[in-house]
Amino acid sequence: MIPILIYIAIFIGAFFVVKLVTAGTDRHDFTSLKTVTFGDESAVVSDRKASIISIIAIFVLWGAFTGSALLPSFLHAPGPYVGEGSFTYTVETADGQTDDASVTVIVHPADAPVDEPEVAPGDGFAKDDAVVVQAYRSKLARLDRNDEIGRDEGAKIVAVNGQSIEPGGSVNTDFGRVVMSQRGTLNIDPDKGWQMEPIWLPAPENVFERLGEIASEGFRNFTLWEHLGYSLFRVIVGFLLGSLVGIPLGYAMGLSNWFRGWFDPIVEFMRPVPPLALIPLVIIWAGIGEGGKIILLFLAALWIMAIAARSGVSGVNISKVHAAYSLGASKWQVMRHVIIPNSLPEIFTGARVAMGVCWGTVVAAELVAAEKGAGMMIMVASKFQNTDIVIMGIILIGVIGFGIDMLMRWAERILVPWKGKS
Amino acid sequence: MRPRILPRQSGVPPACGGALIYRKRDMTGLSIENISMRFDLPNGTAVQALKDVTLHLNEGELMSVLGPSGCGKTTLLNIVAGFLAPTEGQIVMNGHTVTGPDAERGMVFQKGALFEWMSVRDNVSFGPRMKGQKEAQYAAEVDHLLEVVGLQDFKEKAIYELSGGMQQRVALARCLANDPDVILMDEPLGALDALTREKMQSLVLKLWKETGKTIILITHSVEEALLLGERLLVMAPRPGRIHKEYRLPFADMGVDQDLREVKKHPDFATNREEILGMIWDMEEEIMGRTEAAQ
Repeated sequence: MIPILIYIAIFIGAFFVVKLVTAGTDRHDFTSLKTVTFGDESAVVSDRKASIISIIAIFVLWGAFTGSALLPSFLHAPGPYVGEGSFTYTVETADGQTDDASVTVIVHPADAPVDEPEVAPGDGFAKDDAVVVQAYRSKLARLDRNDEIGRDEGAKIVAVNGQSIEPGGSVNTDFGRVVMSQRGTLNIDPDKGWQMEPIWLPAPENVFERLGEIASEGFRNFTLWEHLGYSLFRVIVGFLLGSLVGIPLGYAMGLSNWFRGWFDPIVEFMRPVPPLALIPLVIIWAGIGEGGKIILLFLAALWIMAIAARSGVSGVNISKVHAAYSLGASKWQVMRHVIIPNSLPEIFTGARVAMGVCWGTVVAAELVAAEKGAGMMIMVASKFQNTDIVIMGIILIGVIGFGIDMLMRWAERILVPWKGKS
Repeated sequence: MRPRILPRQSGVPPACGGALIYRKRDMTGLSIENISMRFDLPNGTAVQALKDVTLHLNEGELMSVLGPSGCGKTTLLNIVAGFLAPTEGQIVMNGHTVTGPDAERGMVFQKGALFEWMSVRDNVSFGPRMKGQKEAQYAAEVDHLLEVVGLQDFKEKAIYELSGGMQQRVALARCLANDPDVILMDEPLGALDALTREKMQSLVLKLWKETGKTIILITHSVEEALLLGERLLVMAPRPGRIHKEYRLPFADMGVDQDLREVKKHPDFATNREEILGMIWDMEEEIMGRTEAAQ
């Protein structure tokens, strides 16, 4: 909750700061002369400054709430209490005697355990203790174990640091607080701070370190490149097979009554079925090997490509077809020189959608069952609570998905420059 | 830039075994014989788009067709082009009956019929290429036509980089490159602005005179029909039929005169008013009938 509020504050604050800083430098372009900009879509352009600040804000928040070494420490959110603290407790016996004893509390980070030190017992019937607690954890301490008159003899703790305490109550101390359980046992609860525990969210540098480690050493008998490469390989093979069948099928549906009648019910039924819903059936039929994955991706791409090709054919301006025929073209020439080129923009749009769906589907399929692949990597890592690998995997999957889309757009610009220009 | 018809360069070998666009051929012209067209609608009613249209065009005639919307002029053109089969009657061309589209009848559309995936030059050479001609066979003719329509500097440009007027010049050149006997034009200048339109009208007249093609031109503009019609056909709607035919001198005058001068001719204004009145009456009648039906 606190990070979200801070994020919103940065969003609003950055807006005003950037506005203040750039106040003197008015832009002098055509848009700046428009008096009506609200509702004019063409006047809205992505603000580069906002994009940069947005990305920086995410990393700063990530670093601040994980105590990242990449950030100066004054930017860190308060961390968990680490070090030595102490408190005293007062014991009252059944016959009214009281005695104080002090407790040394040692809070250590998870990766630096310490042994419980020997403590001089001190005088009186209540003896001094030492308690070792791991950061982010709390510990129930039976402090009366070493006392001469303990709980079993009718004694009970009535105060901590001189403040009286009852079962269910708590007392704040220098290291955090001490809570008394319903049965009268003290629970040492050091301050957890606002930072995230690495097991929930590791610091950014740990994720990058892990990336380097897995890139050089591999994960589960396969290198990082093999994991990612296998995922990509499945996507590309599945997509190519889907296109190889789907595009001719779409053309046939766009050109022949019989084909359209025959395949329309199948395509229209299969299109809304999410490919993820097919995973169990494909595993039953084809197992968890490469075959099953490729069949799944083939099915994911097939319907999208068939529909794209069909609408590419239906979208041809009849004037173009008529013009080609009256210029003496044969049916085959109309197909080759008019219908196919005219459908390419639609097919490219379909291919971009299909590649996106395939990439999502392959990761999901690998989450379910695989020996290698990006999805399998994060799934296995999550079972061992290797959160840094999980986050690294998610980032890599996102980067690759983004890269695929960029590549498709680039290919589209090169191969169908007339798209959207007729 | 005003398109000029340039004399054919000497030394350039004529394409496909003879001069492509300057040769006058022996042919019997184009006969539209008792064409009727009825569209049966899904709701059981039928629309009589054309009724008993008969007409003969001699080789090299330029005919404009005018009429209120719904008079079936585009349907007639589609039947002549072979895209539609008439319910009655037939089109006879050069002695044979028309059964489908053919390279002998070229068509120029209002817009959107150019191939965006090809350069200007590839669009113009489409017809010859579909016939299996080699680059060497059609190159000279295509370059010549691009020069005639004033696009010699835009050969390698993409279609979407051209203005509307330039695109129509490409469409015209593409049609001519295929050397059809008849050119059918379906409001080819309808989407252009007034100035470009006037320049294109001169170009059409000059191409007509130079090439001697038979041309049927459909238009909504009375002025354009008067300027670009040796013969002017006024059609009446419901059912589509020939209402009146004119034989006019303006097309011949426009070949070597400024079109604005032609429009100043006293007969031009008289004819324009007469035809405008005629079409106005037809529109009124349609309105009246529609209102009566309601």
